[in-house]
Amino acid sequence: MKLVKQHIEKDKSGYVTLVPEDFEDMWHVYNLIQKDDQLRAVTIRRIQSESSTGSVDSQRVKLTLSISVDNVDFDTQVGVLRISGRVIVENPYVKLGTFHTIDLEMNRSFTLIKPEWDVIALERVQEGCDVTKKADVAAVICQEGLANVCLLTSSMTLIRQHIDCPVPRKRRGSVANYEKGMKRFFEQIYQAILRHIDFEIVKCVILGSPGFVREQLYEYIFAEAVRTDNKTILQNRPKFIMVHTSTGHKQALQEVMNDPSIKNKLADTKAAQEVQALDQFYEMMNNDPDRAFYGFKDVSKAAERGAIGTLLVTDELFRAADVAKRRKYIALVEEARATGAKVFVFSSLHVSGENLNQLTGVAAILNFPLPDIDDEEEEEAADETLQDEDEAPQMHSNHAAEAFDAVLG
Amino acid sequence: MKSGKRIDVISEYQKRIAEKESLNLVVIGHVDAGKSTLMGHLLYLQGEVTEKTIRKHERDAQKIGKASFAFAWVLDETGEERARGITMDVGVTKFETEHRRFTLLDAPGHRDFIPNMISGTAQADVAILVVDATTGEFESGFDANGQTKEHALLARSLGVQQLVIAVNKLDVVNWSEARFLEIVQKLEQFLVKDASFKKSNLVFVPCSGFTGENLVRRSTPGNICNGSAVSDTSVPESVAAVLSTFSWYKGPTLIESIDKLDTPMRPIEKPFRMSVTDVFKSAGGVSVAGRLEAGHIQVGEAVMVMPGSEMAVVKSMEVNHEATRWAAAGDSVLLILSGIDILKVSNGSVLCTREAPIPVTTHFAAQIVVFDVKIPITVGFPVIVHRQSHNEPGVVSKLVATIDKVTGEIVKKSPRHLGKNTTAMVEIKLSGRAIPLEAYKDSKELGRVMLRKGGDTIAAGIVNKILSFGS
Repeated sequence: MKLVKQHIEKDKSGYVTLVPEDFEDMWHVYNLIQKDDQLRAVTIRRIQSESSTGSVDSQRVKLTLSISVDNVDFDTQVGVLRISGRVIVENPYVKLGTFHTIDLEMNRSFTLIKPEWDVIALERVQEGCDVTKKADVAAVICQEGLANVCLLTSSMTLIRQHIDCPVPRKRRGSVANYEKGMKRFFEQIYQAILRHIDFEIVKCVILGSPGFVREQLYEYIFAEAVRTDNKTILQNRPKFIMVHTSTGHKQALQEVMNDPSIKNKLADTKAAQEVQALDQFYEMMNNDPDRAFYGFKDVSKAAERGAIGTLLVTDELFRAADVAKRRKYIALVEEARATGAKVFVFSSLHVSGENLNQLTGVAAILNFPLPDIDDEEEEEAADETLQDEDEAPQMHSNHAAEAFDAVLG
Repeated sequence: MKSGKRIDVISEYQKRIAEKESLNLVVIGHVDAGKSTLMGHLLYLQGEVTEKTIRKHERDAQKIGKASFAFAWVLDETGEERARGITMDVGVTKFETEHRRFTLLDAPGHRDFIPNMISGTAQADVAILVVDATTGEFESGFDANGQTKEHALLARSLGVQQLVIAVNKLDVVNWSEARFLEIVQKLEQFLVKDASFKKSNLVFVPCSGFTGENLVRRSTPGNICNGSAVSDTSVPESVAAVLSTFSWYKGPTLIESIDKLDTPMRPIEKPFRMSVTDVFKSAGGVSVAGRLEAGHIQVGEAVMVMPGSEMAVVKSMEVNHEATRWAAAGDSVLLILSGIDILKVSNGSVLCTREAPIPVTTHFAAQIVVFDVKIPITVGFPVIVHRQSHNEPGVVSKLVATIDKVTGEIVKKSPRHLGKNTTAMVEIKLSGRAIPLEAYKDSKELGRVMLRKGGDTIAAGIVNKILSFGS
């Protein structure tokens, strides 16, 4: 992304002019634009004019419009960003206050005016414009009969194709069906690789799977490339890396990013750091539960006491349409930074971000234990229990003993 | 179908079990414990595999320098499995003993293939746990990274209650009684204490899958237990050694022990359910293999495939590779369906009837027992949910309460996290497709789930309540 112009006043209001250049930039822009911001960009509008005789004439006019943002829509699969809102600057064609939807496109500049540019937004602009942080990696995560062809960038994981191709099992005396099924499965992956992976952009192609599927796939890809004389694949042979994962589902990407050989390739990209930070959080929760908290209430209590060592938040919280909520989280980030904490803003498009999102979206590793936070919570929980005792279903206790026996003993 | 042609399955079933009861037997254990070799040899001794086939395997195995794998090749049939010398998918076959008819499922031991092992064990009633008695090998299979414990726990959580432990490769340690007793003592402690097996349901049998000793017979001076894979010249010596050093063992052989296993009650009166483990095209229709979990089915009846609610008609069927006209709960069957597209049935589908469809869900409440996990389970914990041969990604969406193991009472409501060995009520949401699932009280077989993450089994659970229906 290119930063064309930036002007921010002392009261933090101001504007920024940007040119998004690729898919990932669109994602950054999506995270920047909030409700009630003002956006100015070149757009096309269909203008209807009625002549004196009553015939209706419509024409498409290219013009520059300014709107006050109402709604932001982003399609992660195609990378189209649609922003709708009311027109706020008069124009020969369009009246004030009419609705318009601007489609932002790559390589077209736009200007974003915000009443308040906060830390998170400014960092986002900086990050989006930092060319050194780019690293595109393609990954094929598979298990027998199931494959995900994805592209990983520093802030996005995009599933390009999900392949579900049932492979018959081996049966006594006949393995022909199985072998045929596997061949068909690999063929589909091979085609997906040709279609979705641009070898001029990607640094490496990760083949990840449990068992030996990746090795079989690797062999298949190159046998097929030799057979069809596909030079691109053959020339890019060194880019293929095999990694062990425990499954072929998307979740396994987290394991991929934690693999030492991949960490080098992804170098300083955010994704790998995020995975590590989340792992550390879980580890801490296991070793010393009083030093790992999640949920806004607990984390902000810890922040008040300056205990936070590492703060994990997802970008989804800053995208909140609710301004108060957004402010609350920004204040939390600033508070944590002020006490010297490391802050990771997770991309919710990554698997690790999805995971953190499910975990209330905010978590913290503390520098020193705060056992009383948990106690306070227990008291609160106890109060709640008293309240909803009537409605608490008693379904478990009767079955519990019998059911438990079934689970384990 | 004309009512005159209908078979009274229940009375037929009574007749069949009066003759010989059938059991599904899964063979589990750490990788390279010798599961496939042991079972391959057993099949050979029981006459299920001909001498000629074994000789052929022996020659072929020798060619690629894996002479000792000849018996394993009976069950490991794909090129990949043979070349690498490990089982990857469950091998299914059958054999009979004096009182029982067995469907044998040979599970893979390698940790990457645990999904297949779960698939196999979910179809089984009883299990043989194979352990390698060799010095150092038993220990590496038994410690934290080995599969011996994980397999045993999985088997127990999947409803296997009777376990025969084959202490294999005892010939390598010269049939040492001390070694056998050491292994028995270690395993028994774990199986009874941690995996909650009843002591009376465990049988330990020393044997050697490679030489065939104590599988079907003991070597006696008059009756030499011939390990046919071993070249003929070495037989007298090894037998002589066996006779002198193995005389301490007075218990049953492996086949005698499995012949004594009890058959469980089959839910034959319940609505028809069949879990699909394999689908392939065949002449005249779509072949669907799997296990009948409940109820019964006969040729000509209509079945409904879930998810998808597609109807199909049973054209013909096989039980244990023999064509029949009916099958009942507990049978491992192969149905040929007509009137359905192959894309509508897949591994993990459940066949049922239109009158009693199985729920399809993405959100359910479960009671789980957390295994020995490295990191605690929190809200939003991503897991892979395994139900029989099917697995789907999902998340633990809510921690409802931790409960006391013994009394079943609620210890703490909405806990922040679940550590190892806790029992808890949780809610689970699937991130992808909906799967057919039933509450445990309705179906013991289709109401169990295993939760795995990063290649480890983190919890086993039973479904308490289905919270959403449809996808």
